[in-house]
Formats: sequence, structure tokens, C-alpha cells
Amino acid sequence: MFLLALPVYYTIRDLTHGYAAGFVHGHPVIHHDLSQIGFNFAQGLSNGAIWALIAIGYTLVYGIIELINFAHGDVFMIGSFTATGLWGTLGLGLATGPIGIVFGLLLTLIVSMAVCGSLNVLIERVAYRPLRSAPKLAPLITAIGFSFILQNVGLLWLGGSPYSVSDLLRENNTVFHLSGVPITRGYLLALGVMVPLVFALNWFISTTRAGRAMRATAQDPEAARLMGINVNSTISLTFLLGGMLAGGAGLVYALYETNVWYFQGFKAGLFAFTAAVMGGIGNVRGAVAGGLIIGTIQAFADNRMSGGEWTEAVVFGYLIAIMVLRPRGLFGEETREAG
Amino acid sequence: MNELLAQLREWREAIDRRLPPWWSRALTVALIVAGIVLPFLFAKTSGFTNATIIALAYAVMAVGLNVVVGFAGLLDLGYVAFYAIGSYAMGWLGSTFFFKAHVHVLVHGIANQEIGIHLNFLLILIAAALICAVAGVLIGLPTLRLRGDYIAIVTLAFGEIIGTVAVNGTDIHVGGGMTLTAGNIGISAPDQPYFPGIGQFNGALNLRPFYWLILGILLLVVVINVRLRDSRLGRAWVALREDEVAAVSMGIPLVRTKLLAYSIGAAFGGMSGAFFATYYTVINAGQFQFGFSILILAMVIVGGLGSIWGAVVGGLTLGYVNNYLIPNTFNSLPSKLGLHFQLTSVEFGIYGFLLVLVMVLRPQGLVPERRRKLEITGEIGAEDAQLVEPTATGPPL
Repeated sequence: MFLLALPVYYTIRDLTHGYAAGFVHGHPVIHHDLSQIGFNFAQGLSNGAIWALIAIGYTLVYGIIELINFAHGDVFMIGSFTATGLWGTLGLGLATGPIGIVFGLLLTLIVSMAVCGSLNVLIERVAYRPLRSAPKLAPLITAIGFSFILQNVGLLWLGGSPYSVSDLLRENNTVFHLSGVPITRGYLLALGVMVPLVFALNWFISTTRAGRAMRATAQDPEAARLMGINVNSTISLTFLLGGMLAGGAGLVYALYETNVWYFQGFKAGLFAFTAAVMGGIGNVRGAVAGGLIIGTIQAFADNRMSGGEWTEAVVFGYLIAIMVLRPRGLFGEETREAG
Repeated sequence: MNELLAQLREWREAIDRRLPPWWSRALTVALIVAGIVLPFLFAKTSGFTNATIIALAYAVMAVGLNVVVGFAGLLDLGYVAFYAIGSYAMGWLGSTFFFKAHVHVLVHGIANQEIGIHLNFLLILIAAALICAVAGVLIGLPTLRLRGDYIAIVTLAFGEIIGTVAVNGTDIHVGGGMTLTAGNIGISAPDQPYFPGIGQFNGALNLRPFYWLILGILLLVVVINVRLRDSRLGRAWVALREDEVAAVSMGIPLVRTKLLAYSIGAAFGGMSGAFFATYYTVINAGQFQFGFSILILAMVIVGGLGSIWGAVVGGLTLGYVNNYLIPNTFNSLPSKLGLHFQLTSVEFGIYGFLLVLVMVLRPQGLVPERRRKLEITGEIGAEDAQLVEPTATGPPL
């Protein structure tokens, strides 16, 4: 499995050559153990939790209308910006007490999820629905157009350079050690938001009436319509759910990275799309797994290969390798074959 | 509204009937002559000539991308890769960058004495086209089995990888202390073109030679494209675009036809890239951003997918908007309206808006290709028919 190439290579290297764990009197202290690998995995899985939330949005939308929602990464960016802006309005800062922080964050989570969900529905109405019967290239191009529009909204909103967010959660504080690997609040936050949201989504899709309508539409829109499902509102619902998850991811990202940038959605969108493809597009569980895997690859590339300069090339290299070797993704597609 | 359009169409057809049959050729010749004398109306280094040169070079790129996206229907979102590779071909083969080498072929003046590789601009142009054609095949290979939007993502990923390599090329050593690229510092002062009998170009003193050079490249590229479109290969592209299964079962070689589309489209991008390198006099990794791919795509879309003249018109229009209207004419518009930003900072938002607008309102573009127009308007007609009576096909929930 080519996916394991990076972790396996660095595991062997850490054990045989060792790594510099710190400096004493100017001399590096060489360790020969796996805690560096553990650290990469911990960071990777928490990065990946954010990508997973965004990837679900791609996978849901692709599953139902077979469109790469190019603007999705930028919807996520708007989520980060909404959260940041709202903290400013609410006066949440480093001086706020723990109760205030918890309630403030819950409120911002709800608001940014609502904003991103409605934004996504709006984009679908304006840019994709009029083109549903046009050639497949057309909605993809309007999606790219909306991606740029949203980026420029972000640019005018918080300026062109990364905007630093006050570290409300002290995200670098270590909560506990897991066999030598420090687990920080940031890691717990990312996984702690992602896991309940994914379970809620899974419950919604598998048990509710609307969820069944979504699955039916994804399988065969024409038959679903004949069975009395309102396809248009089901598609809107799909965009709403995807946007809400992106909003949640946006809030987590702002807290976790402690800075937001109008261009963050571009990279995030591509990484998350890679994750969705990796898991088999249309497959929610696959998207989550893909997100975690991409996060881990990213952590390895960030920490091991000259400070993240090559990270994008590594991740996109994986994307191309998956496309060539396993176009259906690791866990198989759940969508129909494109006609 | 429809009646009005029908009336307009009738009038236009009436005018067409009255004109002699050779008028479209005459119009083309008149346009070319007007194009050749245009720079005499402006100063030798005027801003307008500068904007026109850049717009023409964009048009070359748009015509190249149109081969891939318009003719063959393969959405390529990584076209910036060929801009980068073409530019670096200029940097590698026509500057002091590879300082250990001493190669001089048909160059003149200072370039003849400097260290590095110095080839004549025409040779570099051909080399850039060839290198990009090979790169186009490499980018095309993994996409052969993929469906439409996956192709977009793979090409995008390739474009981003090339961009990352360009930025981090200072870490890639090619021997003798030389690196692959100069990263964000940039390869400076590539040779200015020199042609025996015409002389040495100098962009600081006179922009007109550059103008005629790029106009010549554009005309060449357009002629090649028209011939290609009407050739067996061009028809094979359109057939693949319309229905891959049917085309393959009619005996069209899928792999060769698709790869030729990628490589020919890439070659034109490379030529324009090499020209940009010598014209901008620097090859900086920061130029090669994803936004550039979208800018060129926007030109093709605005002009009309699959239409050669559409790509030229789209390239010139957005080129002027990008390099003249937004920075010079309208840049202070938001501040006049009491808003605190400059229009140049949101130019990509404007392109995005244009893309959405054109796709929703006029998907066939400004100068639509005849066949494409029929397809698109035909399908929209069908959709309108659906929208009129939604209750007849299914009960609303």
C-alpha cells in the first residue's frame, strides 16, 4: 500500500538513525523510539478531523448531483471568518472566564454552521440549479466563479494577510500524555467536534425520512422523483448539511490554527477533496477515513520534509497516484456510474 | 424578449445576404492591417501598447487552452503549468542562469559574451513548445481513464505541483552548484529577442517590436488552430467530446487523440510563456498561481467554448480588463463610492462573477461556435420547457 510509504519510512528511520529530540549544550540528543511518529499521528489525526468535516460536504454533494462543489473550501473559510467576527462582537477574548468561553463557542458554532449552511444553499440556487441540465462543465465553472467571489469577500472582510485570532482555548496546553505523546487541547477540540457531528449526520442519513430521500436521490434521481420525493428540496438539504459541517470545521480551524486567511479555503478545499476521492466519493465513512489519512500525510510532510514547503506537492502527488491506481477510492464509491 | 432576438437575427441575416461573399475575408485582412499599424498611433513605450502586448499574449494562451477545453472537452485547470514551463524554458535557454554553461547560438550583442546558455529567441520558442508538448502528454496520461470533473482535479493538482516545484526549485540541484529554478527571487534578465535582419529588441526603449512579434505568434497560432479544427484530428476531438463511447466504437484512437489535444494545447501555452518571460524580463515562481489558470479559462468561457475567434476576443477583452481597465481606469471607482479598497485587489472576484454571469446568462459565450451554440441553446430550451410545468412531471412535496 503506497499510502503507508511515508509513515513506514520515517518509523524505520527513527528507529535506526534516531532523531534529535532536543539540544543539550549545543549537542543534539538522539532518541531511537516511536514518540516522534506518535506525535505526527496525533497532529495528523486532529488536522484530519477538520479535513474530514469538509470532505463530507464534497462527498454528499458529489454523491447527489455529481458536481465538484469548488466553492466548498471557501464556504469553510467564510465559516472561520464568521466565527472570528462573532467573537469580536461578543467580546470573547483571553480574559473571558471558562463558562463564557464555553457558551460563546457553542453560540458561534451554531451561528457559523447556520451561516455556512444557508450560504451553500444560496450558491446552489444561484449557480448550480439553473445549469442542472446544461453540459457538466457549466456548473463546475460557476462553482469556480463562486469560489473566487467568496475569496474576495473574505479579502475585503479581514484583509489580505493572515488575521490572527486570540487563542481562546490555549490550544497548545497539554491535557494528558498518551505513551509519551502530549495530547493538546487543540487535538481534543478537533476530534471532539468532528466525532459527534459525524455521528449526528450518520444518524440523520440512515434513519430519518429526509435522509432516506437523500440516499434515494443519490442512487437514482429520476426514480426518486417518480416515488414522490421532491428532488430540488432534497438537493438543497444536502447542500445545507454539507455547508453546516464546513461551518463547524471553520470554527475548529480558527481555534486550532489561531489564525484565519481569505485564501485558507483553497488549500483546505483541495485537501478535503483529495480526502473525499481517497475514501471513494459519495461515501461518508470513506470521506472521514480519507480526511484522517490526508491529515496524517500532511503532518508527516509538514514536520519531516523541510518545514512544509513540499506538503502540497506530496498531498497532490498522493491524489494523482490514487486517481491512477484506484479511481474508485479506498472504500469504493456509493454513487451511480456517471452517464 | 425572444421576439426581439428573432427580429435581430433576421436583420443580421438580411445584412449577410446583401454583402458580397468575400466580405468576411476582406474584414479579416482589414483587421490584420489595422492590428499591424495600431502601435504607430501610440508612443513607443505607451501603457496602452504594453497592455495590448499582454492581452495578445493572453489570447495566445486562451487559443491554446481552447484546444483542450473547447475542442476536446477536457477541463484543464492546471494550464498555469505550461506558462511556468514555457517561462522556465526561456530562463534556462536564454539567460545567465545556468552559469557553468557556455552556449551561444545565433545571438547578438551582450548575450553573445555572457556566461550561460543563450539561444536565439525563435529556437527557444520552438524548444518551449516542444518541452510543453511533452509535459502535456505527461499530465494527460493519468487522466485518460477518468471522467470529466476528475480530469479537472488531476490537472489542477499537476499545476499546483509544478508551482510548488517552481517555488522550491532552489532546493533541487542540477549539478555544478546550479539549481532548477530561482524560486521567489526569480531568474532575472532573460535575453531580449534578436532576429538577424530585424535587430535587437529593447523593451525599455521601444515596445513596438514586441507587439509585432506577439501579433505574429498569435496569427500563426490562430492559423494552425483553424487548420486543426477542420482537420481529421479536429473532428475526432469534437466527436470524443460529444460521445466518447460512440467515437471510440467508430474507430477513433482514444489515447492518441486525447494526448494530442493536451500536448498541442500545452505547446501554445509554452510559446506564450516564453514570450512572457522575455517581455517581463523576470521568471518569478510567484507568477505561477492557480488564479492564472482560471483567468485563462475565463477568457475561453467568455469568448465561447470551442470557438477560436471567441478565445481571441475573450483573451483580448479580459487582457484589457486585467491590465488596463481595472488598474488604470476603474481602480479608484470603489473609493469614489466611499468604499475603502482598490479594484485591483478584487480582480479575481470580478472574473469569478464574470464566469457565473456568462455561464448562467449566455453559456455559449460572446462569439459562440456554431455547433456548440446549437447544443447549448437546444438544451436550455428543453430545460425551460420543464420549468414551465413542474406539476405535470411530479407532485411537489
